[in-house]
Amino acid sequence: MADDHHGPTVRIYLAVFASLMFLTALTVWVAFQDLGMFNDVVALGIACTKATIVILFFMHVKYASRLTWLLAGAGILFLLILFAFAMADYVSRGWLGMPASHYLQ
Amino acid sequence: MAITEQDVQASEDAPSVNYLNNGYGLKSWLLTRDHKRIAVLYIISISIFFALGGLFASLVRFELMTPEGDLMSSDTYNKVFSMHGIIMVFFFLVPSIPATLGNFLVPIMVGAKDLAFPRINLLSWYVYVVAGILGTIAVVGGGVDTGWTFYTPYSSTYSNSNVILAAMAAFMAGFSSILTGLNFVVTIHTMRAPGMTWFRLPLFVWSHYATSIIMLLGTPVIAITLVLLMLERGFGFGFFDPNLGGDPVLFQHLFWFYSHPAVYIMILPSMGVMSEMVAAVARKRVFGYEFVAFSSVAIAILGFLVWGHHMFVSSQSTYAGMVFSVITFLVAVPSAIKVFNWTATLYKGSIVYDTQMFYVYGYLGLFLVGGLTGLFLSSMGLDIHLHDTYFVVAHFHYIMVGGQVMGYLGGMHFWWPKITGKMYPDIWGRVSALLVFLGFNLTFFPQFILGYMGMPRRYHVYPDEFQVLNVASSLGASILALGYVIPGAYLTWSIFKGPKAPDNPWGAKGLEWETTSPPPTFNFEETPLVTEEAYQYGPIEEH
Repeated sequence: MADDHHGPTVRIYLAVFASLMFLTALTVWVAFQDLGMFNDVVALGIACTKATIVILFFMHVKYASRLTWLLAGAGILFLLILFAFAMADYVSRGWLGMPASHYLQ
Repeated sequence: MAITEQDVQASEDAPSVNYLNNGYGLKSWLLTRDHKRIAVLYIISISIFFALGGLFASLVRFELMTPEGDLMSSDTYNKVFSMHGIIMVFFFLVPSIPATLGNFLVPIMVGAKDLAFPRINLLSWYVYVVAGILGTIAVVGGGVDTGWTFYTPYSSTYSNSNVILAAMAAFMAGFSSILTGLNFVVTIHTMRAPGMTWFRLPLFVWSHYATSIIMLLGTPVIAITLVLLMLERGFGFGFFDPNLGGDPVLFQHLFWFYSHPAVYIMILPSMGVMSEMVAAVARKRVFGYEFVAFSSVAIAILGFLVWGHHMFVSSQSTYAGMVFSVITFLVAVPSAIKVFNWTATLYKGSIVYDTQMFYVYGYLGLFLVGGLTGLFLSSMGLDIHLHDTYFVVAHFHYIMVGGQVMGYLGGMHFWWPKITGKMYPDIWGRVSALLVFLGFNLTFFPQFILGYMGMPRRYHVYPDEFQVLNVASSLGASILALGYVIPGAYLTWSIFKGPKAPDNPWGAKGLEWETTSPPPTFNFEETPLVTEEAYQYGPIEEH
């Protein structure tokens, strides 16, 4: 297995830990700033960055075989499917142009 | 297929140590890492939950024999049908075939000594047992009344029953199936015997591979959804309650993202069982092997894109509903490929009317009705009328009981000689298969009519004109129960008194039939070398 020979060093682990701590602090700081429509975008962006770091280094995906990349990628793809189809519902709810009460008359 | 004296002689010449007699103490079972023993542990566990879920189903049918609610109160009825659903879905249907027949057969079919992670396999059983105990405590401690769907905001805010305990039980059962799926994926990828290429794999293995993908990709979503539900109910977090800024329909999206594919977790393994049995009873290679293999993968993938068809009458957008409706129709294509190809396999096959054949025919008929009525429900306009009626109840029972349980029972009969080393009386097998088929149809076909006439599900008081069909349904349920009890009796009898099974009693193809009955602890005396395609049956003899 590829990851028997190559894995993160203690130095990399410490760097990852430091970056996660920094991003956590950044999340808290950003929570008190009013960025308007970008509030959610920035918060989710930081969270996704942290998740990516954890997957790549703590979960060793960066050092794993291509098959592991494929399976990890499949997980992310299906998460995106969940978001995309659920959001397709929320985004298109008003398109019909008539209130629900219309059907009750 | 008649058992010859040579078969019996070969079986008696087999090594005397097998997985069953290799250690007798309780410890040798409870700490085993042998996938076959773990499969047996699962068979015992899920049988207990099947009986418990069946008991709740019996109570439902008893209550519905009269239009009045004279056996139990509305609150009690809510709990009874909820516990029936939760136990049957999470503790029987999802693990039934993968954790029992899959656990037993996947390593043998690929020519491996065990699954890739034997300890994780044992862990999955313990997680399942702990989940089952939690579920039982939830039942004994007053039950849960949300329905198996745990819909919010009722479950998160208003229900006074054991929602958190039941959700925790379902959450843990999910982890058990993730561990099983992980083991199958790694085993199939890395532990195939020399010569066992992907397109030489039995279709049972293909269907378990597709099932495992769903388990790995879908189950974490239901797990986190149930955690969110518990957080909202326990600590007032606002995910689903509109008063707290949440959205109840979000719960339905997250729930059905897993729970629709979960239907395929239930049905795909039974399709794998059918492929093996159809080939064996027809003594032919499965028609269009590659198409049947890829149709499993197609069902697994398409199954993730259709969940919104459960939500046509929620506040889900009509446009999203249209997309979900169209994709739902597409799922019919790979499902139909399987049914057509099994039928084509039977065509001009050398068919013997033994127990397996009865289950194959029963499965084909019931799955066909279940699948085609699914198309009614995926039509948005018709679904408005049929949603939450007994039509839906009948439809999903045709798939999940008619399809899945027929596959489970058929598979149990097919591989019982391999698992236990004993033969069962075939005549009783045929009688019980017939009873299951007749009892099932008498139970659930009237429910299609009831639903179409407008009888809603989850009510125990109904208008007088629905009584005849409800009594017919309850009568059918009694016959169905008999069809389930009889195999329990003669299969148990066969363990103690049944004649010894030869290694290959049906003359079937596959690595599991080349090892002894029951197999040795490490499955094969020597690692097998695979030199031919799956299902290479010889020319069919003229009768």
